Amino acid sequence: MTVATVAGKARLGDRVFRGAAVTAGALILVVLAAVALFLIVEALPALGAPAETYGAKAESFWSYVAPFAFGTVWAAVLALLMAVPVAIGIALFISHYAPRRLAQGLGYVIDLLAAVPSVVYGLWGITVLAPLVQPFYVSLSESFGWIPLLAGPVSGTGRTILTVAIVLAVMVLPIITALCREVFLQTPRLREEAALALGATRWEMVRMTVLPFGRPGIISAAMLGLGRALGETMAVAMVLSPSAVISFFLLTSQNPNTIAANIALNFPEASGLGVNLLIATGLVLFVITLAVNMIARAIVARFKEFSGATE
Amino acid sequence: MRSARKVVTAAFSAIILAGLTGCAVNEAPGFSGGESQLSGTLNGAGSSAQGSAQEAWIAAFQGTSSGLTVNYDPSGSGAGRKAFISGGVQFAGSDSALSDDELTGTFAMCATGTSAINIPVYNSPIAVVFNVEGVDDLNLDAETVAKVFSGAITQWNDPAIVALNPGAKLPAATITAVHRSDDSGTTKNFTDYLSKAAPEAWTSKPDGKWPLEGGEGANGTSGLIDTVTNGSNTIGYADLSKAGKLGIAKLKVGDAFVAPSAEAAAAALAGSEKVSGRADNDLTFKINRTTTDSKAYPLVLVSYLIVCQQYADAEVGKLVNAYASFLVSSTGQLIAAGAAGSAPLTGDIEKEAIRVAASIQ
Repeated sequence: MTVATVAGKARLGDRVFRGAAVTAGALILVVLAAVALFLIVEALPALGAPAETYGAKAESFWSYVAPFAFGTVWAAVLALLMAVPVAIGIALFISHYAPRRLAQGLGYVIDLLAAVPSVVYGLWGITVLAPLVQPFYVSLSESFGWIPLLAGPVSGTGRTILTVAIVLAVMVLPIITALCREVFLQTPRLREEAALALGATRWEMVRMTVLPFGRPGIISAAMLGLGRALGETMAVAMVLSPSAVISFFLLTSQNPNTIAANIALNFPEASGLGVNLLIATGLVLFVITLAVNMIARAIVARFKEFSGATE
Repeated sequence: MRSARKVVTAAFSAIILAGLTGCAVNEAPGFSGGESQLSGTLNGAGSSAQGSAQEAWIAAFQGTSSGLTVNYDPSGSGAGRKAFISGGVQFAGSDSALSDDELTGTFAMCATGTSAINIPVYNSPIAVVFNVEGVDDLNLDAETVAKVFSGAITQWNDPAIVALNPGAKLPAATITAVHRSDDSGTTKNFTDYLSKAAPEAWTSKPDGKWPLEGGEGANGTSGLIDTVTNGSNTIGYADLSKAGKLGIAKLKVGDAFVAPSAEAAAAALAGSEKVSGRADNDLTFKINRTTTDSKAYPLVLVSYLIVCQQYADAEVGKLVNAYASFLVSSTGQLIAAGAAGSAPLTGDIEKEAIRVAASIQ
């Protein structure tokens, strides 16, 4: 009798849980499909729109969106280049170097960075960071102007793509650090001790066991950070001096704008086909983000085979 | 801080107005006559440039009668016109009047067979602001401004600027010209001024989005002011009331250099012609950007109230009539001047606007 009751209860619980899980899983697909459908339906009219819709600087939809797509990826990549090494350093310090109490405090501080709203980062960017780095940019360009990336004329206000990348790097730092820290802490204790027992120094131990083991984790973390940097709107719209150009120069006033910031800047006054046009650029951003995520997954899957992370 | 002051100003004007109308009810008819019986809700949308003026107007207007509610959504001129045409709102605020194309269409809120009209309600001078160490006064003409913003002039000590400012200590520094990175009525009027007053130096068409590649962009009026203030050797353009402590350039009009002011903006509007070929009650003005009147400052933004001549619903017509009449009345214009630093309507234009507002049904 008791057995029957227990079995009956378990079946009910099973069913409820299964139903809830399936609903949740289906819901995310439905939401994603709804967003994609909305983007496609609203974007279509913009593709065949007359030339004047695209403003003075572009003749077709693709020449309109290309600088923004470039700017989106360029700013995010620059941000990652700065954020990932620092994040790995902080994560290693917390997981393998710092005394436990300090490590915990530092972890909280990093997580706190993630809680700062992006509009605050934007304000910080225009009022503090940009004026602060501008003189530095001038001397950087004077000394290293022969490197094409750093060629002048230097912006008089410091609100360049490099400044934006620094702001973005600070914004994506917490998410990458937190993930790396968790991954590094998962390194099998036996391997670390084996390395130390063989006479490895702390750094050699980290290099031989922690980093190879954590590699897929680091890449996943970087890709999550990239996703945030690609979609960041407010801070970019506030800080960047935008222009519809494809340019690799880091220090000039003419910077490629990002898709998200361009939508934020032009949506309030947009009407008619202009709205469709902005939504179409949103669709492009959607596709870019999707592609980045898929590439990241492919890379992670590839590295997993070699790292032994499955042990 | 600023919005707190605005609220105080608005509340204060509401009290004054309540006092004024209290006396006026017995004496004169005009717009105040009978508005104590008015009640209902009006919804408007449009120009964000009018935003702070609308806030003050609404606060004061609602104070005149307990049953009145007016909402204004500063969603942008284009969005406001669109919402008005489709019948989503009863009135729109717009930095550009309804175009001929838009006027040939139908308006959902208006009585069948009638059309919409434009009434100027907000006239605000746009200042050319600059931040150059050691330079407090700066004289510019339209051609120099056009060349500075198009990148043809890159140095502060360029001969063209020196010639206009013989006494000034202009540094040998690069000019950072800052423009709005968002789509705005301020940019549209600024580029309109340049294309009319300096057609050779400025070949782009008037546009709310900055039409050139060069220069530095900043988001919103406050972003632009921040950028000009925090940078060095910068120049930009913004609503005069937002210029703060920045240097304000005088523009060459005729043979004189004119500083932006409410009076000079009013003179510029007074010296402009009504767009012809439109309904008698449509007060759309073609701003005379090339005026030579040394009292006028032609770089102004004139923003319109867009309403139906006759509403399908007479009750709505009555409400809009009262609200529009209030906006163009001297009280309404002074409230806007206090809240947003705009130039009150004057002379014939004021009379015309009052007549047209009173004709709304």
